[in-house]
Amino acid sequence: MSLVELKNLKKEFGTIAALNDLSLDIPEGSLYGLLGPNGAGKTTTLRILSTLIEPDAGSVMIAGLDAIKHPREVRKQIGYVAQEVSIDKILTGKELLHFQGDLYHINSELRDKRIAELIKRLDMSEWIDRRAGTYSGGMKRRLDLACGLLHQPKLLVLDEPTVGLDIESRSTIWQLLEELRFQGTTILLSSHYLEEVESLADQMAIIDNGRVIAEGAPEYLKQQLGGDRVTLRVREFSNELESGKVKDLLANVEGVRQIVVNRAQGFSLNLVVDNELVIQRLQTHLNKAEIPIFAISQSRPSLDDVYLQATGRTLMDAELALVGKRDKKQESKSSMR
Amino acid sequence: MTTTRSRYSSDEVEEKLFSEISQETLALTRRLFLQLIRRPSTLIAGILQPIIWLVLFGALFSKAPESLLPGGISYGRFLGAGVIVFTAFSGALNAGLPIMFDREFGFLNRLLVAPLRSRSSIVFASFIYITTLSLLQSFAIMLMAFALGFGWPGINGLFLVLTTLLLLVFAVTALSLGLAFALPGHIELLAVIFIANLPLLFASTALAPISFMPVWLGWLAALNPLTFAIEPIRAAYGGHLDLRIGLLHAPYGEVNGYQCLVFLMLLTIGLFLLIRPMLNRKLA
Repeated sequence: MSLVELKNLKKEFGTIAALNDLSLDIPEGSLYGLLGPNGAGKTTTLRILSTLIEPDAGSVMIAGLDAIKHPREVRKQIGYVAQEVSIDKILTGKELLHFQGDLYHINSELRDKRIAELIKRLDMSEWIDRRAGTYSGGMKRRLDLACGLLHQPKLLVLDEPTVGLDIESRSTIWQLLEELRFQGTTILLSSHYLEEVESLADQMAIIDNGRVIAEGAPEYLKQQLGGDRVTLRVREFSNELESGKVKDLLANVEGVRQIVVNRAQGFSLNLVVDNELVIQRLQTHLNKAEIPIFAISQSRPSLDDVYLQATGRTLMDAELALVGKRDKKQESKSSMR
Repeated sequence: MTTTRSRYSSDEVEEKLFSEISQETLALTRRLFLQLIRRPSTLIAGILQPIIWLVLFGALFSKAPESLLPGGISYGRFLGAGVIVFTAFSGALNAGLPIMFDREFGFLNRLLVAPLRSRSSIVFASFIYITTLSLLQSFAIMLMAFALGFGWPGINGLFLVLTTLLLLVFAVTALSLGLAFALPGHIELLAVIFIANLPLLFASTALAPISFMPVWLGWLAALNPLTFAIEPIRAAYGGHLDLRIGLLHAPYGEVNGYQCLVFLMLLTIGLFLLIRPMLNRKLA
């Protein structure tokens, strides 16, 4: 059963379309990863389903409730942990948790019990009575997560939960998320870290330009791509001319499906091949033409390959392309309410 | 959810509604007061500034001939009412700042994703906080004025002072909260506060009666909401508690105490109606 059903969502900020007909089904009990570069529409999607903003068109059903018609009922079901940590510097962590408990109308006995549990679980006892202004990024993020969990939501929504965090805080959070899923909480997280989605999510969607371009279990998406990946370097740092020549030479080898020159990796060649036998044929061809081999390696398709296949560019390239392309004025408008 | 809701009778639902609204309003208000107690500089500056006005301005005109002012009162006595009103006014004008900072730091989103029974709780909390703060500051100024020998309104007069100040504080708080949602950021809100503050003070009867002013300034002062709050308080300090007596000799005619209070009431209602659609839109 789906806990979240988003259908044909559209949202524009000024003239910029953030979501173009985005649809998404999130099964109950899953840990769902939303992968995409910055600006793909991840945050907008999460803000819509957390009832912070309304879509221009489309429907949002959460736990069988229409989030646009009954936002208050839906808010009770959701714990939302925003990307930018919003913590009152003047309050202590515990005071913020009390405050949060009152906003969700939890009675004081239950509230204090849950706060004590969360302090223990997220290992916050040492600093929870200090003012939040003194906290590190990891502490703030853990406190923010505790706030989102205090009312025991059915659905936990996390926007880039570990961006810019130290390794220890990151693994604490990852571990907690796995435990929560085990206990039956549905978790939706957005990320532009392949690694995070790969190691946590059992279901995922790739979002690009405000729409879903691939959807399913990470393993399934990788298997669907088929073929193996070969990375070939004729020298540690090659040049465009040389790589181009090698590309032409290998293009007609039996079992080679596709060759891309990877500029970002010192003009190495990325090949998609039918199976592991092709790599020997490649070596034979190179030997015959007296071309040296600095490195040749083979791997199964990765999530990055899934992304590449779906969008025609790597996630890294997509991130780079976005730098300097953003409209500052629109951003400040849409970031504030 | 609908299934749980149907279990409650309508009385229980109402009781729950009330207890939930008070729980969230109390939490929001407590936060504002905790901020004030841990960062008391606003409170201290808010009390010090009018005391400085009172001492410096009072001294500046202390040698003015007694017959100069209407009713033959000393300048200190005359000034007291103006400074009390100005204190309450500038305190209330800052009401929007905490909300503006919550907007900018994303803390408001924390409130907006929570299932608040009514988002008016956010506005209620601001009103409770600012009203308490303004009255506290005004009371401190009244004590200071008393210590400087500028008089004390007495019990009945105090009631008139309180009523007048509450009306003014409600109106200005509504205005400031409206601005906190309408303006893009705190820089703009601060700019409006700076621009509004002193000119409104000078173009009122806080520092001098209308009879001292050139005609155009007299008109401005006679239309200035601060004047309508200053005159009843000045009357209370003078022991004139009959509100039917004309208090303000405006270019357009005589204004009595009742009319002053009715004007303030209308202003409050008008500003509430003005900001309501905006709050509904931003907090819907």
